[in-house]
Amino acid sequence: MTATARKAPIEAAAQPAPSGKVVPLGRAPVSRIDLGRIAANLARNVIPPLVVLAVLLAIWQVSCSGAGAPLPPPTQIWADSSDLIAQPFFNNGPQDIGLAWRVLISLERVSIGFGLAAVVGVAIGALIGQSIWAMRGLDPIFQILRTVPPLAWLPLSLAAFQDSNPSAIFVIFITSIWPVIINTAVGVRNIPEDYRNVARVLRLNQLEFFLRIMPSWNSSCASCCRRRRPTSSPACASAWDCRGWPSWRRKC
Amino acid sequence: MSAYLKIDHIDKSFERGGVVTDVLCDVTLTIDQGEFVSIIGHSGCGKSTLLNLIAGLTRVSAGAILLEGREVNDPGPERAVVFQNHSLLPWLSVYDNVNLAVSKVFAGRKSRAERHDWVMHNLDLVQMAHARDKRPAEISGGMKQRVGLARALSMEPKILLLDEPFGALDALTRAHLQDAVMDIHARLGNTMIMITHDVDEAVLLSDRIVMMTNGPAAHIGEILDVPIPRPRDRIALASDRSYLKCRQAVLKFLYERHRFVEAAE
Repeated sequence: MTATARKAPIEAAAQPAPSGKVVPLGRAPVSRIDLGRIAANLARNVIPPLVVLAVLLAIWQVSCSGAGAPLPPPTQIWADSSDLIAQPFFNNGPQDIGLAWRVLISLERVSIGFGLAAVVGVAIGALIGQSIWAMRGLDPIFQILRTVPPLAWLPLSLAAFQDSNPSAIFVIFITSIWPVIINTAVGVRNIPEDYRNVARVLRLNQLEFFLRIMPSWNSSCASCCRRRRPTSSPACASAWDCRGWPSWRRKC
Repeated sequence: MSAYLKIDHIDKSFERGGVVTDVLCDVTLTIDQGEFVSIIGHSGCGKSTLLNLIAGLTRVSAGAILLEGREVNDPGPERAVVFQNHSLLPWLSVYDNVNLAVSKVFAGRKSRAERHDWVMHNLDLVQMAHARDKRPAEISGGMKQRVGLARALSMEPKILLLDEPFGALDALTRAHLQDAVMDIHARLGNTMIMITHDVDEAVLLSDRIVMMTNGPAAHIGEILDVPIPRPRDRIALASDRSYLKCRQAVLKFLYERHRFVEAAE
């Protein structure tokens, strides 16, 4: 018999059973949307940038208010262009449209350009990560091409496509593809040996390996970016960090 | 009579930058069906290399490994491995980790419903059916190793290879898992090869203990039969004469005749 088992009857005998009364609990409090807390949370996140913005505008106003100031102050800009800002959706013909339309066109180009870069970049990156020969052949060329700045691609792109829309999409594509390729390749190369061994014992083919084992780099990364916590997975490379940062420097 | 698994005069050497390192030298071993064999030795003696060779994850430099008369050249599910650090895929649930193996190995042989039943059957074997929807990060180390065991068992392997399966676990969890492995071995009669550096574990679980000499160029120093009848009970064995004798024999081999020399590394 264990020590606790031996002790239990003695204690039970020594103490009389406590007389209990069942007290019914009230209904559990219904969770209600706490407006006060939401407002406080909002204030915490909104007030600091507003304060900084106000300070910066004040500095700008003060420094550009003099007679010989090279740049107009914010008040002057508001007076001259308030109608453009206040009415972003006008459309007076092909070259005379509101700001919002222009932003939407840019967003469309970015999504097409980056979408293509993600698809092509992941495919090429997976190839480079898996095959030592593909890496030896492609890596030097990519390392040179990725240093070409976007502005240098623009004239080439315009000359090739003869049209602003496809050439803009191409420039977005060609500048965003390098981090995707590099991160994918690094991530695939860092897939732990154990996972590769699992795949080999199971005799997974290339496609199954890509679908089942390779998520090690993107799922761990996606989850760590989402939860904002460091991951222990070395196979984590932030190829999906699509905010345009030089993301291969920022291992999450 | 031809052996179930035959390791026939194998050598293994690694070459790196023109320097050749002999890891294993002239290793010969035969294992019968249903046998539980432990391989024990100091670290760096090539016991994991030997297991990888049997698994087919690395190729022999000379000699051959034959399983049921067929040469082992590449990895395959008939030689399932339980890895030391479980190697579960962290983005898949417990169920999906086992199902990955089942759906690959039994594709075309079992229907979807049969595969589901088979996954659950194997999770039941290791008492992990209750955690089928958990991710590996949400269960304890011992549970992960149980799932790794279920994944390996679910492949219906001819040989189950255990690479220091309990090395990373605490003593109590380790004892639980040893009992689970003994139970599974008794029920299914699998042929099992286990790498270990724990003398008690080797004596408790094995029919034979293969003791490796120190590397480089390690070979089999001695093979010890463990004549203890099954089922074995760890508490009764603690004072069993033949258990103590086996234990002493292994300890003598490891610490008197083949002391581990750190400088050799």
